[in-house]
Amino acid sequence: MTQLALIIDLNVCVGCSACVTSCKEWNTSGPAGFMSDDNPYDKDPNGTFFNRVQTYEVGEYPKTETVHFPKSCLHCEEPPCVPVCPTGASYKRELDGIVLVDYDKCIGCKYCSWACPYGAREIDEHQKVMKKCTLCVDRIYDEALPEAERKPACVLACPTNARLFGDVHDPDSNVSEMIREDGGYQLMPEWGTQPSNHYLPRRKNKITIHEDELIRVDNPLNKEQKQHHDPVDAPTLEDNSYI
Amino acid sequence: MHPAFSVIFLTTLIGVAQGLFLALFSTQLYSELNLLPGVSESNFYGIGAVISLLLLIGGLIASFFHLGHPERAWRAAAMWRTSWLSREVLALPTMMAAVFFYGVIHLGGYDSAAYTIGGINLSTSLFVGIFGVLATFILFVCTAMIYACIKFLQEWSTPLTVVNYILFGTASGFALATALASYLGLTEHVVFLGNWAIALTILVLLTRSASLYRNSRIKHKSSAQSAIGIRHNKINQISQGAMGGSFNTREYFHGKTAAFLKSVKYIFMVLVFPVPLILLFSAIDTSNTGVLIAAFAIQYIGLIAERWYFFAQANHPQNIYYQTV
Repeated sequence: MTQLALIIDLNVCVGCSACVTSCKEWNTSGPAGFMSDDNPYDKDPNGTFFNRVQTYEVGEYPKTETVHFPKSCLHCEEPPCVPVCPTGASYKRELDGIVLVDYDKCIGCKYCSWACPYGAREIDEHQKVMKKCTLCVDRIYDEALPEAERKPACVLACPTNARLFGDVHDPDSNVSEMIREDGGYQLMPEWGTQPSNHYLPRRKNKITIHEDELIRVDNPLNKEQKQHHDPVDAPTLEDNSYI
Repeated sequence: MHPAFSVIFLTTLIGVAQGLFLALFSTQLYSELNLLPGVSESNFYGIGAVISLLLLIGGLIASFFHLGHPERAWRAAAMWRTSWLSREVLALPTMMAAVFFYGVIHLGGYDSAAYTIGGINLSTSLFVGIFGVLATFILFVCTAMIYACIKFLQEWSTPLTVVNYILFGTASGFALATALASYLGLTEHVVFLGNWAIALTILVLLTRSASLYRNSRIKHKSSAQSAIGIRHNKINQISQGAMGGSFNTREYFHGKTAAFLKSVKYIFMVLVFPVPLILLFSAIDTSNTGVLIAAFAIQYIGLIAERWYFFAQANHPQNIYYQTV
């Protein structure tokens, strides 16, 4: 079974929101219709987004760290939003595990959004249907696109490669390897939703150096008790060559 | 959660309708077992069924205001295998049909003895009523389970939610039936129904207090730590990815102060329990119709406040992601 998902590397996300705008650009121009915006350039801008970048401050000054946190549908393996849908508009694809909404069947009752602990679903205030990340399902299978571009718009837009896309059920895939080796984790594991999207934690390269490692104990100069001084004023090789 | 008045009216109106139907059925059952006198020419069952049906229709109309696409509402019957909302969508018209036929039999005078045992005649309408009672309880469970089945809405995710929905509906329905019986001059039935209304109101006072107590001590499983997966005691949100709010800030926050919330709690605790209880106590013996109608009306207004509080008190874990603009 395939389970397509995103891996979000918090270690390199700089919070530029390129994924947000790229997502909106692709999906508002897609075959499923526009994503409503109200007052986009005015007071109280409001609109439907599949993906948002949030920012958190972890710790207390001066020991603080700013964490940019992109948040979109996690395409759970046990999606709590799907069984509650009364019409079957909300469904999880067998083929690739993407959780989708059939906009033609959705009655806009908002019950699925109540059943999502992550707040990943947003109602479109004008089309009155529930919307969410489609993992760019209209893009990743599009054979008219060059193969390298058959990825979600957010992944292609990320300048720091903080978003990776792949099959998390294939143990040999790039994403599975990263989850395994770089400590990939799931959000709110307490609800058993088993999100397919994983986050990679902040990682710091650290090395422990002891003091005796800084001083070379077997330094031969020490053995001979001879201090080496640079003959600063003496002529150098350069001074003696006439080339 | 942000309380939606469409859902508040849906749940309270159909609750009253269901309780009223249970009251009609109980009265009929008692009189056919010769424990209560018959309701003779008063058409108590027929008029009661009409009121119950009108309340159910009112609830159904209210529910449509909750939908983005009411014209597609018929699709909501599809997923009854998994969705409690879908089950409710099936249970509501089933109950309406039962109440409709129950009313038609009584108003049209089509009732006849269907089964005789000893000196007891059980009429056809009683058997239609049994079907209606089943539908009523199924509808109660479906409505309550819509809320109780969402496990991370911890304030709702308890069997007390189901118990409270059943008892609130039944208590208010019996209160309405008491007022109706009084209006139709059925003094003995007023005592029977009024005492049931009192008993049910006291019972739901206990169960609702239990759920309030439970919710006041609730320990939420999700935290900022589990939400973003960073192990630090101090996590402050700086931005939520939207400046002017979003669906996430509109749908899941009631937007009122803690003091307002508390006052709504006190209002419903007064209007649903002590006031109707006092009015029922004082009026059932004298069959004072005006006071009994007031008892029901005050309790219903209190129930609207109770349902508002029920929604507002529920704390959705997604709110962790929306603490600061």
